[in-house]
Amino acid sequence: MRWVLTTNHKDIGSLYLIFSLVMFLTGGCMALVIRAELFQPGLQLVRPEFFNQMTTMHGLIMVFGAVMPAFVGLANWMIPMMVGAPDMALPRMNNWSFWILPFAFSMMLSTLFMQGGAPNFGWTFYAPLSTTYAPPSVTYFIFAVHMMGISSIMGAINIIATILNLRAPGMSMMKLPLFVWTWLITAFLLIAVMPVLAGVVTMMLMDIHFGTSFFDAAGGGDPVLFQHVFWFFGHPEVYIMILPAFGIVSQIIPTFARKRLFGYVSMVYATSSIAVLSFIVWAHHMFTVGLPLAGELFFMFSTMLIAVPTGVKVFNWVATMFRGSMTFETPMLFSIAFVVLFTIGGLSGLMLAIAPADFQYHDTYFVVAHFHYVLVPGAVFAIMAGAYYWLPKWTGHYYHETLGKVHFWLSFVGVNLTFFPMHFIGLAGMPRRIPDYALQFADFNMVASVGAFLFGFSQLLFVYNVIRCVRGGDRADARVWEAAEGLEWTLPSPAPYHSFSESPDCDMPMQPGGR
Amino acid sequence: MINSGSNPMVTVRRLIVLALLMFGFGFALAPLYDVFCRVTGLNGKVTRNGALTEAVAVDSTRQIRVQLIAVNNEGMPWTFGPEAGDLLVHPGEQRLTHYLARNPTSELMVARAVPSVAPSEAAQYVHKINCFCFESQSLAALASQQMPLVLMIDPQLPQHIRTITLSYTLFDITPEPRQPDAAAARRIAL
Repeated sequence: MRWVLTTNHKDIGSLYLIFSLVMFLTGGCMALVIRAELFQPGLQLVRPEFFNQMTTMHGLIMVFGAVMPAFVGLANWMIPMMVGAPDMALPRMNNWSFWILPFAFSMMLSTLFMQGGAPNFGWTFYAPLSTTYAPPSVTYFIFAVHMMGISSIMGAINIIATILNLRAPGMSMMKLPLFVWTWLITAFLLIAVMPVLAGVVTMMLMDIHFGTSFFDAAGGGDPVLFQHVFWFFGHPEVYIMILPAFGIVSQIIPTFARKRLFGYVSMVYATSSIAVLSFIVWAHHMFTVGLPLAGELFFMFSTMLIAVPTGVKVFNWVATMFRGSMTFETPMLFSIAFVVLFTIGGLSGLMLAIAPADFQYHDTYFVVAHFHYVLVPGAVFAIMAGAYYWLPKWTGHYYHETLGKVHFWLSFVGVNLTFFPMHFIGLAGMPRRIPDYALQFADFNMVASVGAFLFGFSQLLFVYNVIRCVRGGDRADARVWEAAEGLEWTLPSPAPYHSFSESPDCDMPMQPGGR
Repeated sequence: MINSGSNPMVTVRRLIVLALLMFGFGFALAPLYDVFCRVTGLNGKVTRNGALTEAVAVDSTRQIRVQLIAVNNEGMPWTFGPEAGDLLVHPGEQRLTHYLARNPTSELMVARAVPSVAPSEAAQYVHKINCFCFESQSLAALASQQMPLVLMIDPQLPQHIRTITLSYTLFDITPEPRQPDAAAARRIAL
């Protein structure tokens, strides 16, 4: 019952992380079904209708069930300790934020067993495919999205209130660790756009069940309206999925380079600029729907503009490592790989931003390559880096370092084998979301599938390492890593169940921003 | 700044209000979308309907090609098409043409025709006098109708636009019939 009723941020953080790991493996199995079918041309393993359910559910589970809850779990664990607070601002709401999720996802996963099957219209669920032509399970999908949205909004409110109101005396805003800054900004994005997602799925519900015509041209509505409202949410959503990763990596690289983060202030401004700009780029997902020229140009230019603050951040990470005294423990390996591979994903994103070029790339595997590069060796690697980095603080034990390195290298090879060829088959014309493809795409699809299975099975090493670390291992001291700086490293390892019941003194010389 | 010193509940209340406002904004996007399209003219929606109150000088130095097309929405069994698919008009000239519709089924049906203009910048310069009804056009079983349409292209049309396409999409808005087998009623009677 401790786990059902807990209001402790450490317990709730662990619950989120365990939930996210289970969802990651579930979504991963769906990805392996996809890649198994795509291993060779022809339809060998699954019917196309089921394949569409797999692509849809894989996307929904990874976005809403794996990446977002993992970041919330890390936030729950680390933010109170980083700001010197005893817990989150609203501990009981925190419990509810978590417990909504297993129910929401049970409902969503149960749609696989319903009449008509699970949602099969892609994770972006465009109308009218998701309204007029949807299976009956779409209603449960909509309710699951409502629940996840409420969970995220409450979590974001909690995080902002904690950061703004519960900081220990002396912990000024410009002394906050970057992980806290990026989460503060992410939380504002969540509050701004999750309600819009709630609005759009409610409009869908009304079109399906109550005879409205938001997205039905026959009734005076417009399917393109769906795309506008969805992507108004959807674009900030993808920044919600990467900004905390930027924060994690900004904590880890200075520690293992033994050098202060380069350009702390510019990192804060760059993150804020990215967040603000994210509201005015949404139609770059819609270049091919028939926007007027003025619209295409506006969204092309605003999207290209986002590359600037992102580039500032990448240069700052590199500058942090320059002339640093570097060691390559597992968290650092994942973080450096993040910097390189996320940049590759960003470069393909820049190609997609060029509106006329996007007419060729849209809905091809080139887009799939782009977003998987920014999400897998991007967000997921950062989450794993954070997990390895903070596990000794959470558990009091070091994880098995060699196993961690093996996990890293297998994942690194796997991820690149899986997604790099997708750039080429996309440029060569292979469309997205298809269970069978033309013969000229066969070889690279085979390579991608091999890489996918390598990456997928490597994650079992991570699961083993985490479980082993929770149960025992070499004792870790308070600082854990030689050059780790920040309030959280002043606490013993494992961190006490209740920490900072009395406010710490933040004027001591260990602030990550100003040291 | 939302920071309120040490009372988190003030922050929480403000953020809840913000979340509710954004929810409202999401719903507001539906009408806002139409407003934006109307204000900027960027939509291909033809807004100049109704009789012309004043005569407009014909610009005989320019000829605009007006293409007329017709599209049936999915499952709509009517035959529907323009009498003339291609017209050459002068800006300012009023031209009469027709769309032809036939209901080949054995039931009374009602249709709605939604127009669209390409390129979208040309939409505000296309004047139509609705001689056939957009909102609901009913046809009895096996009946046909010739639906007149008067077009006038405004002389203010930018010089770079030389072809305009006017498209009508026909939707079936027949109220749900009460007999059990609706599909049988719609079967085309040859």
